[in-house]
Amino acid sequence: MGDIVMNKTYTSRYEKRIQQKYEAHRESGAPTYILGIETSCDETSAAVIRDGREVLSNVIASQADIHKRFGGVVPEVASRRHVENITLTIEEALTEAGKTLDDIQAIAVTYGPGLVGALLVGVAAAKAISMARGIPLIGVHHIAGHIYANRLVQEMEFPLIALVVSGGHTELVWMKAHGQFEILGETRDDAAGEAYDKVARALNMPYPGGPHIDRLAHEGEANVPLPRSWLEPDSYDFSFSGLKSAVLNTLHNAAQRGETIEPANLAASFQDSVTEVLVEKTIRAARSHGAKQVLLAGGVAANRGLRERLQARCEADGIPLVIPPFTLCTDNAAMIAAAGFIKYEKGQFEGLDLNGVPSLSLSEQ
Amino acid sequence: MRVLAIDTSNLVLSVAVVEEERVLAEMTTNQQKNHSVRLMDCVSELLDATGTAPEELSGFGVANGPGSYTGVRIGVASAKSMAWSLNVPVIGVSSLEVIAMNATGFSGLIVPLFDARRGQVYTGCYRSHGMEAVRAQSTEQIILLREWLPLLRDLAQGEPILFLGEDVRLHRETIVQELGNQAQFASPAFNHPRAAHIGYVALRKLQDGGNAHELVPEYLQLAEAEAKWLAQKQAGAVKE
Repeated sequence: MGDIVMNKTYTSRYEKRIQQKYEAHRESGAPTYILGIETSCDETSAAVIRDGREVLSNVIASQADIHKRFGGVVPEVASRRHVENITLTIEEALTEAGKTLDDIQAIAVTYGPGLVGALLVGVAAAKAISMARGIPLIGVHHIAGHIYANRLVQEMEFPLIALVVSGGHTELVWMKAHGQFEILGETRDDAAGEAYDKVARALNMPYPGGPHIDRLAHEGEANVPLPRSWLEPDSYDFSFSGLKSAVLNTLHNAAQRGETIEPANLAASFQDSVTEVLVEKTIRAARSHGAKQVLLAGGVAANRGLRERLQARCEADGIPLVIPPFTLCTDNAAMIAAAGFIKYEKGQFEGLDLNGVPSLSLSEQ
Repeated sequence: MRVLAIDTSNLVLSVAVVEEERVLAEMTTNQQKNHSVRLMDCVSELLDATGTAPEELSGFGVANGPGSYTGVRIGVASAKSMAWSLNVPVIGVSSLEVIAMNATGFSGLIVPLFDARRGQVYTGCYRSHGMEAVRAQSTEQIILLREWLPLLRDLAQGEPILFLGEDVRLHRETIVQELGNQAQFASPAFNHPRAAHIGYVALRKLQDGGNAHELVPEYLQLAEAEAKWLAQKQAGAVKE
């Protein structure tokens, strides 16, 4: 049984337009402007970037204040806000960049992982504009986006190790070249940011708790004994649920004995445990894979404790470290456009049947 | 003027291209719910089949709910994004009204409904006037069917009441128990929404504007978390 050959003569007008637009632009050698769209969680974001590295605009319509009242992101509420904001946000990004859709070579959109209802709004909008205006469509993995936020700051050098930490992700990624991702390790339970939020709640701090813990940790001393979850000796995986439980137990036991634990000390001890494991595993991975760079990515990259510790260890080991500024660490569309640019150069486009994939795998990129 | 119309608000996916005098193309399926995957390919196919470049469209029409939250959002996000990108108006049409238009010419009350679980339905009440389905009651709502039926009997004042929609069969027994012969049911061919109807509502309303940014779904109910939060707030249990 061999493969069959099927001669297909029909090509849609859409496909022809995409092909012509791409070829004409590649021949012209003109700069590449990519419109990025990101709606995977609770930020509606659109951005325009030039040649994969220069941010012309990066508009983020945050819903944080809305979700704060629920103590976390409510998927249905997030999806509703996305559909209300989507075209306004895109228009604002173009206006701020001084561009129109005529200037855009491709639309890059996050299609996973994330909240499915939220992803679908961005994907539907991107496909609709792509179809209506004959602009190539690029599907971007959210984590690839976080990693490529670094390229908006400094050129990437391979091989490299990226530590991605956010409210939904904790991953160590090895990259040999542009667009090639291999996950060395990931969390087996809670994401690091999730553990921060849960511990913050136990200490009666508002959502999202990460920044509060970070601030409090700098006022305290790491003198409360808490476990470090190293897992198997050669593992690059993470686990934070045991640590979170240990914090809750410590609080609970102290309360039962009528003692009080200084919240700042507990925050410092918790942060010490999280950052020690994150940093040591990252350095071990960087050494064993001969990394020329370590990249920090994701919302938790804004954490001062993590930045300082990783910086010190990278300096000690002589490995260059790249950390994007805060606005590029949290969810944003500029990073999606940056990752999309790599696919644009390779001509890797999606059809109009692109779907939102809530558990999209990074290694299939 | 040429208009592209879309309905993905429930199980049915319907897309049409219409002009003032005729429907150029219409495609409707009532099988799968993967509207996200299929919608834009259907749009592309219908535009090609009718020799329409997207730039030749004068506007868009879309069923904007009630219905499946995700389904409604796919239709609305797609329609408003196409309209915005082409700088033309987009008109939102009630997903219930679309089905009510199937009963053009019927004399009596026309009651489209979608199942909303736990004995509830999304519904409204229409009369046929010329080519339009006109609301006999100002609002559409989510309501317990057993509360809705007596209200309808009062409104109808002895006239027949025609129930329309794919979900009517789930509730047929209850309806007949309450309304007896006054309740009428249509052939399956009249129960699904047809995007062409949306196209004609849009054609009538295009000159009124239809700003893409302002088009939002009509869910007819708050997200569960919002409803709970509001209830707690009203009880004075939480601060803003």
